[in-house]
Amino acid sequence: MADATIPHAAPMRRPLAGRVKAAVVLFAIFAALPPVAAALDDPFFVLIGTRILAYAIAAMALDLILGYGAMVSFGHAAYLGFGTYAVAILSSYGVHDIFLQTAAAILVSALFALVTGAISLRTRGVYFIMITLAFGQMAFFFFISLSAYGGDDGYGLAQRSTLLGSDMLENDFALFYATLATLVALFWACHRIVGSRFGRVLTGIRENPTRMEAIGYSPFRFQLAAFVISGCMTSIAGVFLANQAEFVSPAFMSWHRSGELIVMVVLGGIGTLSGAIGGAVAALLLEEALGALTEHWRLWFGLFLVLMVLYSPNGIAGLVKQVANRGRKS
Amino acid sequence: MSSLEIRHLKKSFGALKVTDDVSLDVRSGELHAIIGPNGAGKTTFISQLSGQLASDSGDILLDGQSIMRLSMPKRVHLGLARSFQITQVLPHFTVLENVAVAVQARSGSSFRFFSPVAGDAALNARAMAALGEAGLADRADVQASALSHGEHRRLELAIALATEPRVLLLDEPLAGVGGEDADAFVAGLARLKSRFTMVLIEHDMDAVFRLADRVSVLVYGRIIATGTPEEVRSDPQVRAAYLGEEEEEVA
Amino acid sequence: MTNLFVLQLLNGVQLGVLLFLIAAGLTLVFGIMDVVNLAHGVLYMVGAYLIATFAAATGSFWWGLALMLPAAVVVGLVLEWVVIRRLYARSHLDQVLATFGLVMIASEAVKIIWGVSPLAVPMPEILSGSVPLMGPLQYPVYRIAIIVAGLAVAAGLYVVINHTRIGMLLRAGATDRMMVSALGVDIGRLFAVVFTLGAVLACLAGALVAPILSVDTGMGESVLILTFVVVVIGGIGSIKGAFFGAILVALVDTLGGVFGPILLREVLDPAAAGQAGRMLAPMLVYILMALILFAKPAGMFGGRG
Ligand SMILES: Nc1ncnc2c1ncn2[C@@H]1O[C@H](COP(=O)(O)OP(=O)(O)OP(=O)(O)O)[C@@H](O)[C@H]1O
Ligand SMILES: [Mg+2]
Repeated sequence: MADATIPHAAPMRRPLAGRVKAAVVLFAIFAALPPVAAALDDPFFVLIGTRILAYAIAAMALDLILGYGAMVSFGHAAYLGFGTYAVAILSSYGVHDIFLQTAAAILVSALFALVTGAISLRTRGVYFIMITLAFGQMAFFFFISLSAYGGDDGYGLAQRSTLLGSDMLENDFALFYATLATLVALFWACHRIVGSRFGRVLTGIRENPTRMEAIGYSPFRFQLAAFVISGCMTSIAGVFLANQAEFVSPAFMSWHRSGELIVMVVLGGIGTLSGAIGGAVAALLLEEALGALTEHWRLWFGLFLVLMVLYSPNGIAGLVKQVANRGRKS
Repeated sequence: MSSLEIRHLKKSFGALKVTDDVSLDVRSGELHAIIGPNGAGKTTFISQLSGQLASDSGDILLDGQSIMRLSMPKRVHLGLARSFQITQVLPHFTVLENVAVAVQARSGSSFRFFSPVAGDAALNARAMAALGEAGLADRADVQASALSHGEHRRLELAIALATEPRVLLLDEPLAGVGGEDADAFVAGLARLKSRFTMVLIEHDMDAVFRLADRVSVLVYGRIIATGTPEEVRSDPQVRAAYLGEEEEEVA
Repeated sequence: MTNLFVLQLLNGVQLGVLLFLIAAGLTLVFGIMDVVNLAHGVLYMVGAYLIATFAAATGSFWWGLALMLPAAVVVGLVLEWVVIRRLYARSHLDQVLATFGLVMIASEAVKIIWGVSPLAVPMPEILSGSVPLMGPLQYPVYRIAIIVAGLAVAAGLYVVINHTRIGMLLRAGATDRMMVSALGVDIGRLFAVVFTLGAVLACLAGALVAPILSVDTGMGESVLILTFVVVVIGGIGSIKGAFFGAILVALVDTLGGVFGPILLREVLDPAAAGQAGRMLAPMLVYILMALILFAKPAGMFGGRG
């Protein structure tokens, strides 16, 4: 029997290895961006790049529960908000250290995710979507009424976060690479989680909750744990977004933002982690490109979404595969 | 080994009494078959025992302890496993992973986030053992959704075995399996017989009379007879109600 | 104090009635077709823009209202036919994405067609002015008219749901979709009718508030989320739940905003009470939702979880 186990270590990893490869390629392209931007003398690229990286973190975190746990959270922008406001509020009290700010963001997010997740996970399907949406709005309104930090209008940061006492993140390039490093680290963490005992149970619950209960798992505990992990990771994205924009406002946590995060995950193909990263890149570049062409870019983006859902159920990844298949046939 | 006592168990769906005051002793180590016509309430009964369905009233004792208020996962941890009449597998998992995740439920914490589970030799070895017992070892690396119907039934059994049950509830394990496959399956069940207390629901009378120590007959949610296969076979009430003879007389 | 209370109570009921008009359609679409429709708030906005356009063209609120209704039917039918119908068999995730896309398209299209500056709809002559309520207290006639109109629609829906064949199908469909198809009903037609009915009610709500609100592109947003809360609290698929949910949410929202700080002043010093009240007020509805769902995950009148 024992010898039979050795070859079985491989199959679950093989598709994962492909995903890692895709992610590594994306990371390499990212890493090459600042030198290219410098050569083109267009530092704006680096700022956009940082924004894309931050959203990639958030989309990947969302994919952890959406793709692997089948939990369609429509309130994830709240965690972006917790991250951004952790930076703003702490820095207004003179706490600029990025680790302390991140720790605060994670702490608040964990609490919020624990409470709202516990309530939301008592429900299924449409209820779950709408309840997470409503809780997201609750957080949104809370920050709107936070008049000390500008309420609706938002709040400009006096300075970016410090890293180990140094103000190196004031440099756009340094901020970019710090965000990239965080994305890589979190990708690695997600990758490990997905392939762990916990990840296997989470994925099993997605596949067939009845089966999982019948072999002794209570879905709730695992889903809630994943929900909390995902929320905390998303808030880290918020920390970087605040630094990138040097400005925070409730707009970071509007329900549109939550919708856009879902769009990113689906665009790249759900349940693949690297897909969420690619999806964030694709969605934000599309936004930028359409925005450069017309002030009514939302119309075209919306149209693109509707058409994608109606004609390419598996996102861009699915579309590429479809086209490739058709090409092979003809 | 363990015993199961069922006391005045009831369950209604609206006005329909699907489990109507069922009391039954499943003795330690026996294979207790439950037979009954379609819609008699057999699956419902198993679901109540396993905790998937909440009962309206009554009590279920596992080794003398009430498990009525426990959730399905908790009952599994006490050693109560079930298989499903309609196959429930994790379609995108491999056969081995389907079983390994069941092993994992009974060995060590599943709140481990970082070490890769696919290479866990201990889990895989025990999963392979369960697959071997169900006669599916050679299909371990296949994705579950690619299995044939007969193989699905075997996987269903392997998953139940992998939870290391003390009491095994099998809901028509042979459903839809025919011919030689069925014979091999029955032989497999016979080998498991002495190791677990088993409740077996089955339509295939040959299989039932070959495997069962005792048989209970469930009709319209009531147990109308319990006894050895011979006793049940010759029971006039059973012949009338279940084997379809002289229905007029009973009515 | 009593006066303020009565005033806010009436405002709450008026908001509740509007929320009900929007939520009624949404809850049926969720309950019967199992479709998440984020674009429902858009219909409310479209209703307001339609009446603004027609009222301006004809110079009369009443003509505007009369023309808005058939236009709303067309909007509902077309939307169902072009997009929603293709989503019935799809996952909730797909429905979220596609209707999210619709929201983007619609709010941008409205900007293109009507511009970004808010429109005003004139109040009909006979409904302007105020009536005395008690003592010095006055209340605008138009708001009372909204309450009456909303309650009339609610009563009409009640009759339709409980005493007609289509109502029976709707009730059956909300609890058990399989059963309706087993009855041999043309599901496609039933769905189109339900969706269009919901669309018209949402447009009507938008048209009714147009004279007392500035008509702008953001108006669908704020109301959409509140409507979701109503539907979830009331129980998906339940018209009765939508009604009581709408009134409850609206009362908590309006009364909480005004009386929350006043109540808080009993326990906190005035400045802190004002601050805490302002922060808590917009969150009250969501706290209410959390409490209700904690006790009843399927909502007050919901059968399915
Ligand atoms: N969730 C439910 N809601 C309503 N009625 C149900 C439900 N589940 C089962 N029933 C009804 O209860 C009765 C018993 O069903 P059950 O599945 O337990 O029968 P069974 O003996 O397992 O039948 P079979 O031999 O076909 O597997 C049937 O009439 C069935 O229609
Ligand atoms: Mg059955």
